[in-house]
Amino acid sequence: MTHISVTVDGTAYEDEVEPRLLLVHYLRDRLGLTGTPIGCDTSNCGTCTVELDGASVKSCTVLAVQADGCEVTTVQGLARDGEWTPLQRAFHERHALQCGYCTPGMIMAARDLLRENPHPGSDEVRKALEGNLCRCTGYQNIVRAVLAAAEEASASERHSAQEVTA
Amino acid sequence: MTDQAVEPEVGRARLRKEDARLITGQTNWTDNISVTGLLHLAFLRSPMAHARIERVDVSPALERPGVVAAFTGRDLAEGLGSLPCGWPVTEDMVLPDHPPLALDEVRHAGDPVAVVVARDRYAAADALEAIEVDYEPLPPVLDLEEALAEGAPLVHADKGTNRAYVWPLRTGEDYESVRQRADVVIRRRYRQQRLIPNAMEPRAVAVAPLAASGEYTMYSTTQIPHILRIMLSVVTGVPEHKLRVIAPDVGGGFGSKLQVYGEEAVALAIARKLGRPVKWTESRSEGYLATHHGRGMIQDIELAATREGRLLGLKVDLLADMGAYLMLVTPGIPILGAFMYPAIYKMDAYEFNCTGVFTTRTPTDAYRGAGRPEATYAIERAMDELAAEVGLDPVEVRRRNWIRHEEFPYTTIAGLTYDSGDYEAATGKALALFGYDDLRAEQRERDERGDAVRLGIGVSTYTEMCGLAPSRVLRDLRYSAGGWEAASIRMLPTGKVEVVTGTSPHGQGHVTSWSQIASEVLGVPFEDIEVLHGDTQAAPQGMDTYGSRSLVVGGSAVHRAAEKVVEKARRVAAHLLEASEDDLEFKGGVFSVKGSPEARRTIQEVAFETFTSHDVPEGMEPTLNSEYLLDPENFSYPHGTHLCAVEVDTETGQTRIRSYVCVDDVGRVVNPMIVEGQVHGGLAQGIAQALYEEAVYDAEGNLVSGTMADYLVPSAADLPEFVTDRTETPAASNPLGVKGVGEAGTIASTPAVVNAVVDALRPLGVHDVRMPCTPERVWEAVRSARPGQKETPA
Repeated sequence: MTHISVTVDGTAYEDEVEPRLLLVHYLRDRLGLTGTPIGCDTSNCGTCTVELDGASVKSCTVLAVQADGCEVTTVQGLARDGEWTPLQRAFHERHALQCGYCTPGMIMAARDLLRENPHPGSDEVRKALEGNLCRCTGYQNIVRAVLAAAEEASASERHSAQEVTA
Repeated sequence: MTDQAVEPEVGRARLRKEDARLITGQTNWTDNISVTGLLHLAFLRSPMAHARIERVDVSPALERPGVVAAFTGRDLAEGLGSLPCGWPVTEDMVLPDHPPLALDEVRHAGDPVAVVVARDRYAAADALEAIEVDYEPLPPVLDLEEALAEGAPLVHADKGTNRAYVWPLRTGEDYESVRQRADVVIRRRYRQQRLIPNAMEPRAVAVAPLAASGEYTMYSTTQIPHILRIMLSVVTGVPEHKLRVIAPDVGGGFGSKLQVYGEEAVALAIARKLGRPVKWTESRSEGYLATHHGRGMIQDIELAATREGRLLGLKVDLLADMGAYLMLVTPGIPILGAFMYPAIYKMDAYEFNCTGVFTTRTPTDAYRGAGRPEATYAIERAMDELAAEVGLDPVEVRRRNWIRHEEFPYTTIAGLTYDSGDYEAATGKALALFGYDDLRAEQRERDERGDAVRLGIGVSTYTEMCGLAPSRVLRDLRYSAGGWEAASIRMLPTGKVEVVTGTSPHGQGHVTSWSQIASEVLGVPFEDIEVLHGDTQAAPQGMDTYGSRSLVVGGSAVHRAAEKVVEKARRVAAHLLEASEDDLEFKGGVFSVKGSPEARRTIQEVAFETFTSHDVPEGMEPTLNSEYLLDPENFSYPHGTHLCAVEVDTETGQTRIRSYVCVDDVGRVVNPMIVEGQVHGGLAQGIAQALYEEAVYDAEGNLVSGTMADYLVPSAADLPEFVTDRTETPAASNPLGVKGVGEAGTIASTPAVVNAVVDALRPLGVHDVRMPCTPERVWEAVRSARPGQKETPA
C-alpha cells in the first residue's frame, strides 16, 4: 500500500492505495465520485477524462499514486453553487448529449481545448475531441456546443473589456 | 396557465429534463451501484472459438486473497436453465441449449466457463488466472457457405446441422416467370459485415438479495427491464413477483442491451446461492466478445426489370450468421428485413429465402435497425446497379418505381400496408438542398479532366417498418410476446402529474417528450410533469424500448391515458360547476362553462377536489388516474431521401465525405431538437458501417478487432457536418401521427455512402466495394477494375 494525498474537486483526501490502482477506480470506488465513468480499457474512448493539475488526462491511464500531491478536477467539481459552466450550459442548450455517458469526458476535453485555443473553428474542435467517442450524437451538436461556449466566453471577455475601458 | 398553452407543447424544441444530472455527473449508472457487503464477479472466458471442456478446476482461485467463491457451469447448473430465445421463426427451427456458463463445450471465443466472486474487482480479475481449464480443441465454423456443406464441422453436434432454419416468403406472381419476361436481370452479392454495437456504457449488472423473503432487486444496463424480469424468472426459477428489475441510467443500447444475458442470470443465481449482493461490469474488450454483435449476412439479390428501368420482380437469398447460439431475438432479425427489401417500390413478384447459420462466433442479435438496414442496403445498392445497366440517373430509376403519394395507403408486394408517405416531396427537397444538378455537372467536369480525386454521388431512398408491433402480426411471425405498450397517469393532489411509461429510455429523451405529450393533452405545465420508467416496481407494465417503437406505441399510450384523465376530470368538473359535461369546454388545462367563462376549474384544481373526494359525482370512483395499454393497429413507415457526396482519392483509396443531406419524414414531430439528434446519431452509425467498422475474425475464430484500439468507432474527426431537414406526412395509424426516428439515419445512410463511393469509381469499371470501404479496399477495387467491366466479382 502506498500513501497518497490528493485534492479532488476542492476536497483533500489522504489514502492508502495499491500502487496498481487506477485513478478512475480510486475516484469511483474509493471516493464515490461516480460522475466520471469508464467506457473502455484501451484509453480510446475518453469517457473517464478528468483534469490533473489543470491538464486533461484519461483517468484510466493514470495510477492513483501518480496523482499524489496533485489537484484533480472532475465533472462533479465544475458547477459552482449550482451554477453550471458555459460548457455545461452549452451542452444542454445545443442538445449535445443523449445517453450522457460520454458527456463528462467530452466536457473535460473541451475545457482543455478552449484553454489552449479559445477561438477554435469547427474542424479544430473535431480534431481536439478525437480522443473522446460518442455513439449517440454523431458529434454535430457537441461541436456546436463547444463553439457556442467559446463564443459565449469571448463575448463575456469583450463585455468585461468594455467595462474596463469604460 | 392559458398563456403557457399558447405555444403547443407537441412540436416544440424543449430542452431536455434529463440533462441536468448527466452534465453534472450526478448519474446513476449500474456500475455506480454500491451496497454494503457488495461482492464482485469476474468471468473466465474461452480463449478458443470451439473446444470441448475436459476439466475445469476453480479451487486454486479460492486460495487467492479476497476470493469468496468460484463456480463452474456445473456448480450452478441446478436452478439455472438455458438462456431464452423468444422468436422461434419456424416450427422446426433448431434451438440449441444455451447454458449461461458453458457446461461441456465452448462455442465462441469469449463463451464463459467459470465465475469468481471476490471482495473487489481487482481481486476477482486476479483470481481468474488461477482457474485451470483443459480444452480439447474442435474445428471452428466460420464460413457461412462451408458451414452448410455436407460433412462440415458442427457448432452443435447434437443437432446434426449448422442450419438453424430456413424461412421463405413468396408473394405476388411467380418470380421465375416474371424473370423470364424481364429485359434486364441484375444479380449481385453483398456482404453485411459483422458490427459491434459499442454503446458507450459497457454492460453491468448488480443484484441485491433479501434472503429471508427470497426477494431480489436487480440493476441492469438493459433496454428491457420488463422482458428481462419475465425471462430471468423462467431461467432461474426466482418467482416473477419476487424479482424487481431496475434499468437505472443506461448509457446507450442500440439493440445490444435488448437481450437476456448469461451474466444477468449468473449474477442472480449467485446472489441467491450466497445470499449476498453481487455486481459485474464488463470491460470493453470483454464486451466485444460477450455482448451480441449485429449484421453478419451474405445477401444474394436479383432484380428483374424492363429496359426502361421498371421493376418486375425481386429475389433475395440470405445467409444470416446466427453466431453460436440463438439469443433473445437472434433468428428474427433477418426476418424483420424480409418485409423491407421491396422498400418503396412497386413490383409484381417477390421471393425471399433466409437461412440462419450457426457459426463459432459471438451470437448476433438486434443492432440499430435490425434487419432493415441490411435490406435497405441491398435494394438501394441494387437499384443503382439497375440504373447503371439501363442508363438512367439513380434518382430517375427510383422515381419510376416508387409508390406515388396519391397511391397511399398502399399494400406492398411483401404484404405491408404503408399508411402514408410522400417520396416525391422528400426527394425534391433533398435534391434542392444538396445541389444535385451542380454536383453532377462538377462530377462530369472532373471526370473529363481525369482528376485523380473523383467525386461520387450516392442516393438512398428508404422506408422502414417501425412501431413494433401489432400483436396479431407478431403472433403470425411466431414472436413470443405482444407488441403493446403501457402508460398510466397519476394526478397528484398538489396538481403535479406522474406519467408512468413502459418504455425504457437510454438516451432517447422520453422524459422530455412524454412530458410534452402529457402537457399538451392535460394542459398541465411541462414543468409540473414527471415521467417514471425503467423500474418494474414503479412502472410495472411495459414492453420496453427497441425498434423505433417507443414514441409510436408508448408515446401514443401516454396520449391516450391523458385523454382518459381529461374524460374523468370533465365529469368531476361538470359536477363542481353544476353544468352538464356537454356544456364544458376544455382548453389549456381549464374547464369552463360555455357562455359563462367565469365558471371555471383548472384540471389541477379538479385533481385536488378528486383527491379529497368530498364532492365527486355520485357513484364515481374517486380518482382521475388512468391507465392505457395501446396495441398498435399497424406499423409506422418513416421514409426519406439521403444524398451523399464523397471525394475518393484513387491514388490512396481514401474516401472523404464532402456533403451529406437527408430529408426524413418521421411523421409529426414531438420535439424537433431530439428528432434531429436521433438522425445525427443514426447517420454516424450508418456511415460507420459503410466506411469504418468491422468485427474481424481470423481463421481460428479469434476476434482480431478485439479492443477499441482495433475496431474503428468513428470520432468527431471522422465524420462530416450533416444537413438535415424534414417533410411531415402524419402517420394514419396512431393518435399522434408519429412514425419513429431512432433507426432512420442508420438505415438510410449506409447505402447512400457506398453508392457514392461506387458512383465515383464506376467509370473506372468498379461496381462494388465491400464494406467497410477502407482505403485499402477502395485502392484494391480501383487497381483490379477494368473499364467497361460489368460486374465486380464478390
